[in-house]
Amino acid sequence: MKAIYKRELRAYFNSMTGWIFVAALTVFIGIYFTANNLINGYTYFSYTLSGTLIVFMALVPVLTMRSLAEERHSKTDQLLLTSPATLTGVVLGKYFAMLTVLAAPVLLACLCPLIIRMNGTAHFKADYASLLVYFLLAAVEIALGMLVSALTESQVIAAVGTFCLLLALYLWDGLVGLLPTSAIGSLAGIFVVLVFVCLLLNALSGSWKLAGGTLVLGTAVILGFYIKKSSTFADLLPKALGSFSLLDAFNSFATDHVFDIPGLLLYLSLIALLVFLTIQVLQKRRWN
Amino acid sequence: MVEVQNLVKRYGNRSAVDHLSFTVEDGQIFGFLGPNGAGKSTTMNIMTGYLAATEGTVLIDGHDVCEEPEAARRCIGYLPEQPPLYPDMTVLEYLQFCAELKQIPKAEQENQIGQAVSMTHLEDQTRRLIRNLSKGFRQRVGLAQAILGFPKVIILDEPTVGLDPRQVVEIRELIHSLAKEHTVILSSHILSEIQAVCDKVLIIRKGKFVTCDTPDALEGKLSANDRLELLAKGTREAAESVLKTVEGITSHTLTDVTPDTVRIKVGTDGDRREALFYAFAQARCPLLELRSRMASLEDVFLDLTDEDDGVAARAAALLTSGEETPAADGEKNVPSEKAADETSLPDPVPAGPTDEQAPDIAPEKEDTVE
Repeated sequence: MKAIYKRELRAYFNSMTGWIFVAALTVFIGIYFTANNLINGYTYFSYTLSGTLIVFMALVPVLTMRSLAEERHSKTDQLLLTSPATLTGVVLGKYFAMLTVLAAPVLLACLCPLIIRMNGTAHFKADYASLLVYFLLAAVEIALGMLVSALTESQVIAAVGTFCLLLALYLWDGLVGLLPTSAIGSLAGIFVVLVFVCLLLNALSGSWKLAGGTLVLGTAVILGFYIKKSSTFADLLPKALGSFSLLDAFNSFATDHVFDIPGLLLYLSLIALLVFLTIQVLQKRRWN
Repeated sequence: MVEVQNLVKRYGNRSAVDHLSFTVEDGQIFGFLGPNGAGKSTTMNIMTGYLAATEGTVLIDGHDVCEEPEAARRCIGYLPEQPPLYPDMTVLEYLQFCAELKQIPKAEQENQIGQAVSMTHLEDQTRRLIRNLSKGFRQRVGLAQAILGFPKVIILDEPTVGLDPRQVVEIRELIHSLAKEHTVILSSHILSEIQAVCDKVLIIRKGKFVTCDTPDALEGKLSANDRLELLAKGTREAAESVLKTVEGITSHTLTDVTPDTVRIKVGTDGDRREALFYAFAQARCPLLELRSRMASLEDVFLDLTDEDDGVAARAAALLTSGEETPAADGEKNVPSEKAADETSLPDPVPAGPTDEQAPDIAPEKEDTVE
């Protein structure tokens, strides 16, 4: 793992990618910091951070696109996967290298609350907690980008795919708001979700019997609940999907200044899940 | 020791490797031979743990590749078909990375890298970016990577592709020197290369095991001294009358007649070379050439891997029956008739050491008896 981590980090800073990521993020944080905190005199740095979140949509794909797609394209994955290193080690080495690149501008941003303090009131607890969650949110996005990169051998597809998924995550609250809130609407929505899960199951297991069985059983359970007590279904789907909103947790840190432990746990578990899925994607390729 | 048992790899309905079993002893140079697409690379990828087999097991030095992947891979150095190089690193950086990846103790790393570099003659290239290296040098960097750490088993997938003839000879010497302490498994679709370096050859065809033996034994099984070809100075009539006086000549065919020479294919029972020599000498028709038309490994290979299933099956049957089945009973009954006919055609290109670089099967070398 250490060897891969070192190589990846060196590769990021030997090429433009690492420098561009660090420079662009620093510049954007700097612009918002200057405008909000220095010129307009707003005392919360967390407000500035929430303004720069949108930049990740462009920068994260740049960082993650080559991570695994390039290895596969140039067949260097044969070296890594036939070495004594474990697959988990390979993926984590790459992931930690990307986190290190991310950490550089975030550490620079840690100076900003100190600068605010020098000029008057500062809110260290709120700001540094926000910086932590800012880092974690970006870490989730990087894990997502790495997963997409593992799925393809084309860097372009990896970048575009990551961009689209991040876009969907940023628009999540708005999209969920469009969903129907009536009980019958939720029922239809949940059925659609079930069908998707079964299709995924079919693709992963290759057994249509398992997928079909799950579909029939799931439909029966949903219908049973619906007939018994249809009122619980009202608003169910938007609520369920809304709880996956990534920005909610960040906003409760950055705008409400609340230390949102469930939100923090959501980020950490998403990171674990995405890294796990990346390992599984690579593992499955051996068996294709 | 490497043991492969009943290996199967299926992609949908197509079998890339089909119930393949073989054993490689310690210290052997073991060659995989087969035409393109025969399943050589797939087998190597499974042996190194890059791909998983649909069925079957691979034991590297007693470690199952699937059950104990880390322990098994520690025993392997692998050069895939396309050397796995990072173009943004220098040769030295790359080898340092590989040494760390292979978990070579820090204290030994420098020494090991130095040895690998000198064995592959890369001393002058260590500071260069891999991006700027030529194909031959890249191949050697890949090779240096594979031998780094001096694992017990070194697996090389077409190690000499893209090298010039001099480099090919160097690589062969390197393989020979490695074989003193390591097991080397290499693949090729170039026959002469396998013949030159390997102790044992495995021929595979469409993913299936065809035969596994030493190159000499394979040749021996299909060769016989009872098919001769001669070139004599003299007229056609004179030559034919001389042949009639020699005992044990079962058949003869004229292949090439010029005003003062004749080329004749002769079928005999037993070794009649001396008798032929004296008979022609007495008749004052000097023999310019006399050679036994051996089935070389080339013929074996061509037949065994023929697209036509029938030809391949007949050749394989001949191999298993071994020497008990004399090959010649008149030209037309020879089972490897197709190959025999090919060898009798005049060689379009003279055989020589440089032909070993030919992209496909190099021309025939026949044993000449003066």
